[in-house]
Amino acid sequence: MRETGGRGVRTDVRLSHEEIRRYGRHLILPEVGLDGQVKLKSASVLLVGAGGLGSPLALYLAAAGIGKIGIVDFDVVDESNLQRQVLHSTPYIGRPKLESAKDRIHSINPNVEVELFSTRLTSENALGILGGFDVVADGTDNFPTRYLVNDACVLLRKPNVYGSIFRFEGQVSVFSAPGGPCYRCLYADPPPPGLVPSCAEGGVLGVLPGIVGTIQAAETVKLILGIGEPLVGRLLLIDALTMKTRELRLRRDPECPVCGEHPSITRLIDYEAFCGITPPEPESDSGEYAISVTDLRDKLDRGENLFLLDVREAQEYQIANLGGHLIPLNDLPRRVHELDSSQDIIVYCHSGVRSGRAVQFLKQLGFRKVKNLVGGIDAWAEVIDSGMPRY
Amino acid sequence: MATKILIPTPLRTYTGKLESVTVEGNTVGELLQKLTATYVPLKRHLYDDTGSLRNFVNVYVNDEDIRYLQKEQTRVSEKDTVSIIPSIAGGRSI
Repeated sequence: MRETGGRGVRTDVRLSHEEIRRYGRHLILPEVGLDGQVKLKSASVLLVGAGGLGSPLALYLAAAGIGKIGIVDFDVVDESNLQRQVLHSTPYIGRPKLESAKDRIHSINPNVEVELFSTRLTSENALGILGGFDVVADGTDNFPTRYLVNDACVLLRKPNVYGSIFRFEGQVSVFSAPGGPCYRCLYADPPPPGLVPSCAEGGVLGVLPGIVGTIQAAETVKLILGIGEPLVGRLLLIDALTMKTRELRLRRDPECPVCGEHPSITRLIDYEAFCGITPPEPESDSGEYAISVTDLRDKLDRGENLFLLDVREAQEYQIANLGGHLIPLNDLPRRVHELDSSQDIIVYCHSGVRSGRAVQFLKQLGFRKVKNLVGGIDAWAEVIDSGMPRY
Repeated sequence: MATKILIPTPLRTYTGKLESVTVEGNTVGELLQKLTATYVPLKRHLYDDTGSLRNFVNVYVNDEDIRYLQKEQTRVSEKDTVSIIPSIAGGRSI
């Protein structure tokens, strides 16, 4: 860490009277004190993502008086973010998250310098962006960026405060700290996309990223101050449903491809390809196995005999449906006998990805009169039926 | 001897929503074989086509990774708890 952490305090950084009043509750803590607060003011933290995890990170790190907070994000604030992304608020819907984040950070603490990177983190820009910061806090929601952040942090020898969430479960750890393991020591390879649970099985309790991101913020502050026992070599698991936490031991893997004794990865790679992510098969979006929402409406208006198959989950069906027969994608293999291959079948889901997989699956079983509704029920609500709720 | 296996949220879809399953067996390998024999769709999430445990699924006995014990030959007793810890990345919707 650059002139921070356990390595002493910068003598050229001072606190103003206003800052001394603001940080009083830190200053009277022996573990922080004036020197600690100067360390925080001298430190810089990069947040990868200004979403569910990035929100509490940004709020608490700003309040704690971190000197410079960098944020990488390219998204705009969507209404559906507000259930958990407490950095953003209703008036900012439709505006860049970075704008919202900067305003909010400055309204909490105008002393914080905010550096914005309005871009997707890529193998080309990652080292340049991460290189300018002391600590990286990973709040990403996808595997390619997670491996990219990990590898870049290992190459740059930056501590990587990791958090991850799924439904009611969270994981937190500190990777790439001196002597400690990295994310690849834990998981050398990502799961193939087909084995990643879909959004319907996904979903997340809004409070969970608040809990996990706040723990990440605490770890970040501890790393900068050089106090306590950071989660290096430990994986903290949190189950918000049972409100039980567990801790697992993590070890540095001597055979780790990036931080091991003989690393095979010595520069950043193509992480989308590494995670097996390829553009969706064109067949599921066009051609004879696809249908647009307007074409479907016309067919229904003409009274054509169609079998609508809904492959979402029951709770999604409850929000809005087209009256289709409900078989969640995961149940399709064992319930395929409920379908008649001689009938015209239109398959739909929320946005067309799961139904695209269902169509591929049914084609393999010999179904020929099956089409994917492009854009899913969300496109139907947008284009055809404005009275239908969107989620 | 029966040992408790904790099932993580993403895989509960395949265990009839059960949070834990107690199975008989002397080693981690035996427990997981029994588990996937009972819950067949779980198998491809834990093992690859060659029958090896997948890299994005870690198995722990209590707080220790079996990769640093005797892997699937790690012996277990009824006092142990086995955890399956898959990699997770929430948020992205499809």
